[in-house]
Amino acid sequence: MTVPVLSVRNLEVEFLTRSSTLRAISGVSFDIAKGEVLGVVGESGAGKSVTGLAVIGLIDPPGRIARGEIYLSGMRIDHLPPEEIRRIRGKRIGMIFQDPLTSLNPLYRIGDQIVETIRTHMNLSESAARKRAIDLLAEVGIPAPEKRIDAYPHEFSGGMRQRVVIALAICAEPELIIADEPTTALDVSVQAQIISLIKRLGRDHGTAVMLVTHDMGVIAETSDRVAVMYSGRIAEIGPVQDVVQNPLHPYAKGLMGAIPTLAGEEKRLVQIPGSMPRLSAIPPGCSFNPRCAFAFDRCRVERPEPIRQGSHAVACHLYDEATETAA
Amino acid sequence: MLAFTLRRALQAIGVMIAVGVIAFSMFRFAGDPVNQIVSLDTPAAEREAVRTSLGLDDPVPVQFARYFVNAAQFKFGVSYQFRQPVSNLLMERMPATLELAACATVFAMVFGILMGVYSALRRDTLLTKFFQAVSLIGISLPTFLIGILLIYLFSVTLGWLPSFGRGDVVRIGWWTTGLFTLSGLKALIMPSITLGLFQMTLIMRLVRAEMLEVLRTDYIRFARARGLTTRAIHFGHALKNTLVPVITVAGLQFGSVIAFAIITETVFQWPGMGLLFVQAVQNVDIPIMAAYLLMVSLIFVTINLVVDILYTIVDPRLRSTISRPA
Amino acid sequence: MSDAVVPHRVEPGTPPARAGIGWLKRALDSDIFYSFRRSRMTMVAAAVTLLFFLLALFASQLAVQNPFDPAQLQLMNSRISPLWTADGQSPFLLGTDEQGRDVFSAILYGMRISLLVGVLGVIFAGALGITLGLVAGYVGGAVDGLIMRIADVQLTFPAILIALLVNGVAKSVFGNRLDAMSTLAVLVVAIGLSFWVQYARTVRGSVMVEKNKDYVAAAQLIGLPATKIIFRHVLPNTTGPILVIATINLALAIITEATLSFLGAGMPDTMPSLGTLIRIGNNYLFAGEWWIVAFPGIALAGLILSINLLGDWLRDALNPKLR
Repeated sequence: MTVPVLSVRNLEVEFLTRSSTLRAISGVSFDIAKGEVLGVVGESGAGKSVTGLAVIGLIDPPGRIARGEIYLSGMRIDHLPPEEIRRIRGKRIGMIFQDPLTSLNPLYRIGDQIVETIRTHMNLSESAARKRAIDLLAEVGIPAPEKRIDAYPHEFSGGMRQRVVIALAICAEPELIIADEPTTALDVSVQAQIISLIKRLGRDHGTAVMLVTHDMGVIAETSDRVAVMYSGRIAEIGPVQDVVQNPLHPYAKGLMGAIPTLAGEEKRLVQIPGSMPRLSAIPPGCSFNPRCAFAFDRCRVERPEPIRQGSHAVACHLYDEATETAA
Repeated sequence: MLAFTLRRALQAIGVMIAVGVIAFSMFRFAGDPVNQIVSLDTPAAEREAVRTSLGLDDPVPVQFARYFVNAAQFKFGVSYQFRQPVSNLLMERMPATLELAACATVFAMVFGILMGVYSALRRDTLLTKFFQAVSLIGISLPTFLIGILLIYLFSVTLGWLPSFGRGDVVRIGWWTTGLFTLSGLKALIMPSITLGLFQMTLIMRLVRAEMLEVLRTDYIRFARARGLTTRAIHFGHALKNTLVPVITVAGLQFGSVIAFAIITETVFQWPGMGLLFVQAVQNVDIPIMAAYLLMVSLIFVTINLVVDILYTIVDPRLRSTISRPA
Repeated sequence: MSDAVVPHRVEPGTPPARAGIGWLKRALDSDIFYSFRRSRMTMVAAAVTLLFFLLALFASQLAVQNPFDPAQLQLMNSRISPLWTADGQSPFLLGTDEQGRDVFSAILYGMRISLLVGVLGVIFAGALGITLGLVAGYVGGAVDGLIMRIADVQLTFPAILIALLVNGVAKSVFGNRLDAMSTLAVLVVAIGLSFWVQYARTVRGSVMVEKNKDYVAAAQLIGLPATKIIFRHVLPNTTGPILVIATINLALAIITEATLSFLGAGMPDTMPSLGTLIRIGNNYLFAGEWWIVAFPGIALAGLILSINLLGDWLRDALNPKLR
C-alpha cells in the first residue's frame, strides 16, 4: 500500500479560555490517498473546519494542537516551526475558504495576488509567473483570462471569485487541497459548477481533496469516502456509497434520513431531535447519547472508540462485541 | 464619478455660504463697527458720515452681498487693532501656520503609523505598553501643557532649542520659510511636536485598531493559507488595507491641525494666523475673527473635497459604486 | 476632538441568581462592577477623580487662605518655593506666586472653577444635544435634515475654534469687561455649543431604531402621547452611550476651558481656573519659578487623565462587543 497523502492520527485541538479548556476535536484519525476526495460532514461546530485548519497549521492561540500527529506524504508536519509550515502552506497544501467575497484582498488586482503566491513558492520570473497565472485562470474557467487578470476582485461575481480562489489554491500544484465549505456562500446554480471544478482538478492533477461541508448532497456527489463528525469526533467514516446507503451510527442514520432523495419520495424526512451540545457542556460518555434513540447505560458513561465494521469504522457501542455478548 | 464630484462641490459651496452668513453676522451685528473706528468723543454727524462711507446704511441683504463679494476676493476689511487690511495680515501670517501644520502632520503620520503598526503586531511587549501609555498621555495632556513642558526641558533647562518665534526665515516670493536655515529648523522642532502629538496619538490608535481589524479578515487568513511570508502579509496586504482609512483621517485632520495651531502658536509665540486670531479674540477684533473663520473653513472644505475624491482613487471598490447616492 | 467609539446597545446584565437579594448585592454582582474590580488602574482613576471632586468641594475649608481675597495676601510672602526645597516656608506647601498667593490654595479654588465649568458645560451640551437629537429623530423630514446638516458641518470644526468664536462674539456683544461670573456663563455656553453633536447623533440613532418597533406603534395606538413614549421608552435605552459620551466629554470640556483660559479668552485673573493659573505661572517659568506653573499643570493633567481612564473603562464595560 502506498503512503497516503494525508494521514491524521488521534488529533486533539483545544482552546484555552479564561476559565477552562475547551476540546474542539479529539481522537480524530483518517487518511486521504492520492487523487481521493474525502468529504467531512457535520453540523456547524462539529469540528470540521478546525480539523482543516489544524492540518494546514492555522490554529491560532488561544487554540493549539494538544495531541496527535499529522503526516503529509509520510512527513510529520504538526510540530514544524512556523517558517517551515508556512513553506508547505500554499505549496503542498492549498486551501479554499467559504466566502469568496472576503477571501481576496480588495485592494490588489487578482493577477498580482496570484503572481505573488506563485513567486512565493516557485522560482519563476515575474513574466513567467504571470503567464502561469493566466493559464491557471483559464484552467479554472475564467473567460478571457489575459484581460481579467488585471481586474480587481469586486469586478467579479461570487462564483467567478471562487474560481479565482481555487486558482490561488492550486497555483503551486499542491498534493492536497482543503476546501472548507467552498460552495456554502454561493448561489445554488453556481454550486454545482464549483463542485465539478474541484472534482475535475483533483482527478486531472491527482490531488487529494479534503472537502469540508455540512451539505450531505455535495458529499454524495463528490466524495470517494466520507467522515461524519459530531461534537469534535468522527462518528463514522467509510466509502461514500456505503455510508449514504447503509449508515451505521445513529447520528449518521439521522443525517442520511435528512437528505431528500428523488427515488425515495414516499419516505418522510427524518429529524434528529435536540441540538449538538456546546463545547463547554459535552455530556459524559458518548456525546450523542442525549439525542440517541438507541442509547443505553454504557453510552452515558463510556466514550465509544471507532470500531471497524466492514468497510466502515464507527464509534458506537451498538457495534461493540462486548456489548452484543452482554446484551 | 463626475456627478459625485459635482455634488460634493455643491455641498462645499453650501457650507461656505453658511459660514459666510455667520461671519457676516459677526461682522455686522456683534458690536458696532463704527465704534471701533472712531473715538468716543466723535460728533454724531461724523459718525453718520463714517457709517454711510462703510455702507452700513444699506439694506442688510445688500450689505451681505457686498461682504460676500469682497470676501470671495479675499477682501475682509480693516483690522481694528492694526489699522491694516485683514487680508494682508493673514497672507503675511499664513506661511508660518501652513509650514508648522505640515511639519506637525508629517511628524504625526510617521510616528503614529510606526507606533501603531508595532503595537498591533507585537501586542504584549513592553514597548507596546509604553506606546499605549504615551498615547494616553497624548490624549490627556492639554496641548499647551505639553508645549510648556517642552519649553521648560529644552529651552529653560537644557538651552538646546529656542522657546519662541520662527528663527531666521527665507523669503521666496510672498512665501516665507524656515526650512532652509538652521535656526528656522531648530525653531520648528518643538512647535511641530507639540502640535503633532495629539494627531500622532490619534493616528497610532487608529492604525492599531484598523490593523488588528484587518488581520482578522478572511483575506488575511487566506493569504496565510497561501503560504505568503509574514512580511508580505503584514507589510503588503495588512498595511495597505490599513492605510486607506488612516490616510483619509489624517487628511481630514489637517484642517484641525491648522485650527489647533492656535494653541501651539500662542505657547511658542509663533507668528502665524492662529496667534493673530487669539489676539483678535482678546481684543475683539471682529474683522480678523470673521476672516480667520472664513479662511479656515475654506481650507477645511477644500481638504474634505480633495480627500473625498482621492479616496475614490485609492480604493478601487468605490470607483464603480460611487454613482449611487450616499 | 477624539471621536469616541460609543456602544449603541447595552446588554442587559445577567439576571440575579436568587431573587430578593437587594439592589446593592445585584450591583456588586453585575458585569460592570466585575470589570471595574478587575482593572486596578480604573479603581485608582476613580479614587483620584473622587479625590479631586472632594478637594474642589471643600476648597474653602482646606485652603490656608482665600487666594482671591487681596486682603489675605501679603507681598512679603511672594515667590516662596515649595516646602521641601531649601527656601520653603510653612504653611505654603507648594510655594507661592508673585502676589504671595499660596499655590496649593489657588489650585483648590482653580479646580473648583474648572470642574464647575466642565460639569455645567457637559450638562448644557447634553441637554442641548439630547433635545435636538430627539426632535430630529422623532420629527424627521426637513427638521431632521437641517439639524443633522448643522451637526455634520460643526463636527468638521474643532471644538476649541467654536468655543473661541462664541467667546469672542460674546465679548463683543456684551463689551470687553464682563464680570467673572458672566465669563463663567459664557464659557459654559461656548462649551455646550461645541460638544452637543455627539449626543444628538446618538440619541437620534436610537430614536430612529426604536420608532419603528412594534411597542411604539402599540403605545401610539392606545393613545399615549409622543412625549411620554420618548421619555418612558426611547430615552432610557440611550442611558449607557450617553453616560460614556458625558464622561469622555467632561475631560474634553475641562481641557477646552483650560485652553481658553490659557489663551486669555477664559476665566479672568481675579477668579482663575487651572488654565488661568497655568497662563499666569507660565510667565515665571524663565525666571526659574517652575512651581507656579508645574503644580496647576500636574493637577490639571491628573484630573483629565483620571476622567479619561474612567471614560475608557466605562466605554469598554458597556460595549458588549468587546467582551
